[in-house]
Amino acid sequence: MSTNLVGPAAVKANARADTEVNFGFWIYLMSDVIIFAMLFVAYLNLSGRTAGGPTPQELFELPLVFAETMALLLSSLTFGLAMIAMHAGHRQRVLAWLGVTFVLGTSFISMELYEFTHLIGEGAGPQRSAFLSSFFALVGTHGLHVTAGLIWIAVMTGQIASKGLTGPVASRMARLSLFWHFLDLIWIAVFSTVYLAGVTQ
Amino acid sequence: MSSSPTHTDQHIESHAPTLGAYLTGFVLALILTIIPFSLVATGWLPPVATLIGVALAGVAQILVHLRFFLHLDMSDEQRWNTIFAAFTTVILFVLVGGTLWLFYSLKIRMMIGH
Repeated sequence: MSTNLVGPAAVKANARADTEVNFGFWIYLMSDVIIFAMLFVAYLNLSGRTAGGPTPQELFELPLVFAETMALLLSSLTFGLAMIAMHAGHRQRVLAWLGVTFVLGTSFISMELYEFTHLIGEGAGPQRSAFLSSFFALVGTHGLHVTAGLIWIAVMTGQIASKGLTGPVASRMARLSLFWHFLDLIWIAVFSTVYLAGVTQ
Repeated sequence: MSSSPTHTDQHIESHAPTLGAYLTGFVLALILTIIPFSLVATGWLPPVATLIGVALAGVAQILVHLRFFLHLDMSDEQRWNTIFAAFTTVILFVLVGGTLWLFYSLKIRMMIGH
């Protein structure tokens, strides 16, 4: 019934049916929390095992991490603005904010790739020590998630541009919103546990 | 069909995200990011106190994100998500706490690094 509606009406009509579907997606996210938790535990246990190689204090650059953090936090805000525009039925504004979110997410991934290539170039690749193996496993897994989120944003941009703000499109946007904010949440744990704690010791 | 939008308007208490919630969340998250970064960058506190500060700011920011960005609360729409998140937190304590405890104990018994 709601698939024929377009705009705010469609968004609202789908909200209730979505609650169950979103709960299923939430269960997936919580299981993803467990994956990240185990990677964090591996990192915490292995971060001191540098095998005579570089230590966290020698490798991590806080200004870069701060810039990454700001890019991701801002992208959370801009995604929120896209969701607000969607509920108001402003298709062009949704596309614009999704575009900004995509650019911020891409800049985050670019900074991360810069850091990774820089580390590998310095001989601090994942094979150097248990500390670096667990570092690349943890931060890399988060980066892969963000990349998946970027692909999803690109797909939704295409769907909104071609189909408009229909019920199913709004429903998928609700899940993408959860996914994107969730990645920012995991990043808080990453920058606190890996970078800030690593530089402090 | 033309009447259904108004119909749903009345029945669904709009849980549409608001600008105010997002901006509040953003400003709080910003503050809770700047605090730990400046604690570490300035070395204002001794290392242990810095680590505690970083941990507290991190937990506080995660709660801010859950409330203002992921919209977790006890409304009809969100109740089960919130309960499931709480359950996951319990599992996290068992997994993370248990594993750290186990490895710490192992380290002591094996005297690794001594």
